[in-house]
Amino acid sequence: MNTLPEVPLSRREMLLGLGALVVGAVVPLPGRSGRLLGAEAATGPLVANAFVCIAPDSTVTVLSPNIELGQGPFTGLATLVADELDADWSQMRAAHAPADARLYANPTFGVQGTGGSTSMYVGYESLRKAGAAARALIVAAAAQSWDVPAAEITIERGVVRHAGSGRSGSFGDFVAPAGQLTPPAEPVLKTPDRFIYIGRPLPKLDTRAKTDGSAQYTLDVYRDDMLIAVVAHAPKFGATVASFDDAAARRVRGVVDVRGTDFGVAVYATSTWAALRGRQALAVRWNEAAAELRSTAAIEAEALALVRSRGQVAAERGALDAALAAGHQLIEAEYTFPYLAHAPLEPLDAVIERRGDLIEVWMGSQIQTGDQMVIAQVCGVKPGQVRLNTMLTGGSFGRRAQQGSQFAAEAAAVFMAAGGRRPVKLFWTREDDIRGGFYRPQMVHRLRGAIDAEGRIVAWEQVIAGRSILTGSTFEGAMVNGIDQTMVEGAADLPYAVPNLQVSVHVTKSPVPVLWWRSVGHTHTGYVVETFIDELLERAGKDPIAGRIELLADQPRMAGVLRRVAEISQWDSPPPAGRARGVAVVYSFNSWVAEVAEVSIGPAGEPRVHKVWCAVDCGRAVNPDIVAAQMEGGIGYGLGAGLYGAITLDEGGSVRQSNFHDYRSLRIGEAPEIEVAIMPSAERPTGVGEPGTPPIMPAVANALRRLTGKPARQLPLVQRG
Amino acid sequence: MTIVLNVNGVERTVDVDSDTPLLWVLRDELRLTGTKYGCGIAQCGACTVQIDGRPVRSCVTPVAQVAGQPIVTIEGVTGPEADAVREAWVQHDTPQCGYCQSGQILAAEALLRATPRPTDADIDTAMAGNLCRCATYPRIRQAIKTAARTLEGRRS
Ligand code: FES
Ligand code: FES
Repeated sequence: MNTLPEVPLSRREMLLGLGALVVGAVVPLPGRSGRLLGAEAATGPLVANAFVCIAPDSTVTVLSPNIELGQGPFTGLATLVADELDADWSQMRAAHAPADARLYANPTFGVQGTGGSTSMYVGYESLRKAGAAARALIVAAAAQSWDVPAAEITIERGVVRHAGSGRSGSFGDFVAPAGQLTPPAEPVLKTPDRFIYIGRPLPKLDTRAKTDGSAQYTLDVYRDDMLIAVVAHAPKFGATVASFDDAAARRVRGVVDVRGTDFGVAVYATSTWAALRGRQALAVRWNEAAAELRSTAAIEAEALALVRSRGQVAAERGALDAALAAGHQLIEAEYTFPYLAHAPLEPLDAVIERRGDLIEVWMGSQIQTGDQMVIAQVCGVKPGQVRLNTMLTGGSFGRRAQQGSQFAAEAAAVFMAAGGRRPVKLFWTREDDIRGGFYRPQMVHRLRGAIDAEGRIVAWEQVIAGRSILTGSTFEGAMVNGIDQTMVEGAADLPYAVPNLQVSVHVTKSPVPVLWWRSVGHTHTGYVVETFIDELLERAGKDPIAGRIELLADQPRMAGVLRRVAEISQWDSPPPAGRARGVAVVYSFNSWVAEVAEVSIGPAGEPRVHKVWCAVDCGRAVNPDIVAAQMEGGIGYGLGAGLYGAITLDEGGSVRQSNFHDYRSLRIGEAPEIEVAIMPSAERPTGVGEPGTPPIMPAVANALRRLTGKPARQLPLVQRG
Repeated sequence: MTIVLNVNGVERTVDVDSDTPLLWVLRDELRLTGTKYGCGIAQCGACTVQIDGRPVRSCVTPVAQVAGQPIVTIEGVTGPEADAVREAWVQHDTPQCGYCQSGQILAAEALLRATPRPTDADIDTAMAGNLCRCATYPRIRQAIKTAARTLEGRRS
């Protein structure tokens, strides 16, 4: 699979061999060359621009504005730079860029942050330009040093050459002179026919460090004199600390302090175990006046009552009521979706330390600008005094991209409550994570569809009720006409040509905090749209794939992935005995993904997914192997949640689940074989981190309906007794 | 209390409560941070180490219980199986976030020593305790098979 040599990951501290302090002092200025403060002119690296740093030893470090959560931006962005720079892949390194919105804001959100599967889409322009600008500097410096015309200089795999004079050199040779030059304002980019790396399955830059234990995550940061803190969080959403007795906690060997904070009672200790035992020994009384005391069953019943009537209209066309009344066949269906925790394998954590006027932070920050501002506020300093080190992170799936930066605020509050002098690592246990809220919202949909006498789908009514992620958040400005698009995306823009349609929403309220979860609204709209259309097509006597394609006349790329997935799954040949196949296709994050799942019923009565075929159109695949890996991961993540995942609240409002024994995760024996086909494309690269997730559950459910004769309209499919 | 551990072939003396889980001794005291925390209750496998060559969940192993026994962590695992597993992991670019992979590799290495030619069912059983929230399972399976083939080639 991999054809090029593996390259070691260079950690920030190792960057340029100059030590962490100097790295933190990188002052890259866009549009002109800069230097590392304090570095000797003769030995310093070339900071070609905000994204590219070339060391005297010729290694090229790409500073990634995006956090590396496992989706591969380190490798993808380095590929874009290496291609324009004509570097050798073995000289490429990647590190997280510092938190600095002026240099690294994501144009999608206007702040530095990672989300919406945008890293390659954005970087395809900015990082290629950065690579081309760095190349221009090297060429100009070589031309000057050799006293030859720049146009006669070539670069191939990191070797700079002038054929006429027979001279050659490497990037490092020109780092010093290039630092004196001004890079071009508008560097010329390669035409795609000259790409050397883009489109090839280069090995990932961070794999080696992730196989020998050397990759550093936030949890691995240990500072001198550091305290480890855990917080006793409220057992119900919206409850606050009324009073607490810490006498027993303080008697635990290793516990050094206990403090009340807005987030709960913090226990500080010299070791993790002492902190955990100290927390166990706490006695806290909670004020539940503002708490959610209802069960999830009660919340669901409320939403089910709401969807009986139409809500605020998000999309409308044709004459729905007339079409429903005139329909030859009418189908009605109600769907329910539970709260879901993201459960990244590394729970939330952060390390904060004061160094002179600076507050230094290590965390898996997904919205650096927001986290930096909130930490500054809590610590009483300016955002520029917060030096935020974005760390490699054990997954996120949306969890670390908090509008409002509540976790960063908690870390800062816990640091300050202990005096703000000793370094503090705040550590959430799995229980804190599973019970910590910021869930995928619990949702309910009600569908009505009509088919006319000729078998045409003529009416589609969809009423959605549930929590809004954006309402009241710092991203409220992204609402359109007062409607949170994350509630209706994928439904309001139904891709199928149904002439009469209405999609409407009811927004419910609760103190349970909600958040985007890998693929956001598509987690539920994709399921509903793709299982309901499948039922309608079945009633109309149509093949699931051919029937969909008929309704996608003006959606060539969607039809394209359907045709491709039909080919690779041999859709027209029957599945093995006892198995059935189902299909689904979803457009999300500017990419199209179709999946076919082959399913049987296992010995314990649980669905067993044997094989999944996936066709993806994500524009130009910068690294096809990473695209395939993201499809595999997105499928596995969606499948585990759809089969087993649910966060439920008891009567009284306590979360029932607490850890992986009752918040069940997909395991290896339940993971299907996956085959991915990537559509060839010359379009700009689009999302891959999320789009693999939405189609898997409807594809599985459609296969199951063929096996059992019954539609599955409640998730998770495997319900607990 | 003072406990003497044998970690990666080196004797290490620690002063901790006897019921402290080995995981936190490795991390907090010995700074062997390749061993990860994921659940604390033997449900995820992120904390997998080997004791006497067998995979063990260090988060539920009281440190006093393993005093003097040979403990191997991701930082110290060596030998033909370890080499073959790491090479296969790199060849398949298995890790995504990477956080579970220390545990996956130690479990896979132990599997290949006990069962040089594992079937899919053997892999399902041996690796059932190691969660990967990034769902790199297809590549873990392929990488184990690749490593098994490599080892077979090197033996013959
Ligand atoms: S941390 Fe030990 S099994 Fe999860
Ligand atoms: S690679 Fe992320 S949990 Fe396994």
